[in-house]
Amino acid sequence: MALPGFGWTTRVWRTRGLARWMFWIGLAITAAFVVLAIFAPLIAPYGFAESRVDGVKLPKLAPPSSYFIFGTNDMFYDVFSRVVWGARTAMEVIVISVIFSVAIGVPLGLVAGFIGGVVDRVLVFLMDALYAFPSLLLAIVMAFLLNQKLGNGIVAAALSITVIYIPQYFRVVRNTTVSVREATYVEAARALGANPFTVMRKYLFGNVIQSVPVIGTLNAADALSTLAALGFLGMGIQPNEAAEWGYDLNRALDDPLIGVWWTGLFPGLAIVLLITGLTLVGEGLNETLNPALRRRRMLPVRFPARAGADERETEAGR
Amino acid sequence: MSSSRGSLPRYIAVRTLLVIPMMWVLLTMVFILLRVAPGDPVTAAAGGKLSADEIARRQAALGLDQPLFQQYLDYLGDVVRFRFGNAISDGTPVTTLIRDHGGATLTLTIGAFIFAVGVGVPLGRWAGRHRDTIIDAPIRLLGIVVYAAPVFWMGILLILLIGNLWPSWPTSGIASPQAIFEVPTHTHILLVDAAIDGTYFWDVLQHHLLPCFVLGLLLAGVIVRLVRINVIQTMQADYVEAARARGISERVVVRDHAFRNALVPVVTVIGLQVALTLSGAVLTENTFNWPGLGTDLVDYVIARDYVAVQGLVTFFALIVVIVSVVVDVINALIDPRVRY
Repeated sequence: MALPGFGWTTRVWRTRGLARWMFWIGLAITAAFVVLAIFAPLIAPYGFAESRVDGVKLPKLAPPSSYFIFGTNDMFYDVFSRVVWGARTAMEVIVISVIFSVAIGVPLGLVAGFIGGVVDRVLVFLMDALYAFPSLLLAIVMAFLLNQKLGNGIVAAALSITVIYIPQYFRVVRNTTVSVREATYVEAARALGANPFTVMRKYLFGNVIQSVPVIGTLNAADALSTLAALGFLGMGIQPNEAAEWGYDLNRALDDPLIGVWWTGLFPGLAIVLLITGLTLVGEGLNETLNPALRRRRMLPVRFPARAGADERETEAGR
Repeated sequence: MSSSRGSLPRYIAVRTLLVIPMMWVLLTMVFILLRVAPGDPVTAAAGGKLSADEIARRQAALGLDQPLFQQYLDYLGDVVRFRFGNAISDGTPVTTLIRDHGGATLTLTIGAFIFAVGVGVPLGRWAGRHRDTIIDAPIRLLGIVVYAAPVFWMGILLILLIGNLWPSWPTSGIASPQAIFEVPTHTHILLVDAAIDGTYFWDVLQHHLLPCFVLGLLLAGVIVRLVRINVIQTMQADYVEAARARGISERVVVRDHAFRNALVPVVTVIGLQVALTLSGAVLTENTFNWPGLGTDLVDYVIARDYVAVQGLVTFFALIVVIVSVVVDVINALIDPRVRY
């Protein structure tokens, strides 16, 4: 196998047609939200919990206007500012939860796959049980426990979500480890006297880690929807800690009855856009990286020119 | 699983026996999370309202003064006998909750499922057959967007839309108040009871349509994606190519050769969606004021009632395990290869 990280970037470049378009559109959407998240203080006209400007209270439930382009909500907050700040919260939670689940799931999978035996069986069984459990329920239970200890902040929410995704990394990494473990080069390394830790670190890790970016992006999308769901149920991040789209939708639940649409529409739109963006990136990566899905395509055979032919040949033989 | 040659009864027996360890792991997980981790449930639920004596008395009544291992055994023993405890906050037995509110959750999820399969399978098949064409793109995008849109947001938008187009259409609850009051209880499933009685059947059904549609959309998004991918994968299989080479028309190839085989993994994964369905149901119920177990769960979480939360979560775990066995057995019936 090629160096980790090298193979797939080139393959994405070479993908054609719809898959590539979807990938780039997804990347553009995601990038836009990253920009929103980073420059939130510059873009948002108000703070995420700012109901008063220069001692004057903002209007309650004001419809969209030139002053408040997305209107204001029932807590006297500017909806546009909440949406922008929400991007930052979403990014923070996604990054923390993905990092944590990778940091726990990948090593566990590596160890289980490499050692095998009882350790492997027990871990697989535990992870399968965790995986079979309704993910939102798991997050609810975790939030229920963590809120008491860590409060209703970003870290508590991110950790509640982390638990859901550990089994996915575990599973993929473990299965690849099991299949790679018997490869000749691993055997060679062992024969040369490399200790298990070195084998795992130097020879297995690089090969096993290749599928992680795909799961990572897909999980990021999923993590966001779980975060919003927790917020919607009133178990996520509280409004004075950070702006969170799910919580805002919870507040907006009764607004349709009085004809107010702007408090519900915009936060939800932000969720849908970011999840769609992340999913498109993940699916695009998946279609190019997963050999089972890659379209069989007959490449034109180019015969090498007589002298100095090296680059072309490899391309045709791919 | 069954290692040697598999006969169907043997497979079913082994699969059913495997429920026990799986259930045990899940129950242990629930116990560790909800009983070992948090500290004292009585204080958490009742706050500073009780005297120290009263707290101690209630803890003793719940068996919380026992050693942890004894509590664990008691918990397992109770679950085996279908006892899930009584809520600390209002004293309701969890089994009563399940009996009275489980029906609402059941009809909601079944309705959603019927809708999701009815729409998702044909669309996914169509998109998979016409991969990367003008048909594929919108269906795929629909699959992704529907999956991306939180059910509660879809709910809010539809409530807005229907409120404008058709103000008399009900957007909240499982039935109008007089229907809930007047329908006689036979099965504790309101839709069935109303059907038996007849008078309020349309009223109850009408209340079901919107929530079932919203939850169904979520599932349909998953099903579209799955069916599409599986049709694509089987369309590239050698036997499909062989069928084409024999001059069989593309339509028949898709229908008889690719589609049926593509359906096997789909059945498995649809079965696994029971977890997603339950998660979605919790959200849908809370959006539409649906008197089901998901609403109960959230209410008790907010009340910090450990016993009720633990009981409900245990019950959900039971459902997930049972459905996963049923799905495996159905799969074994459809596809002989699974048994081996």
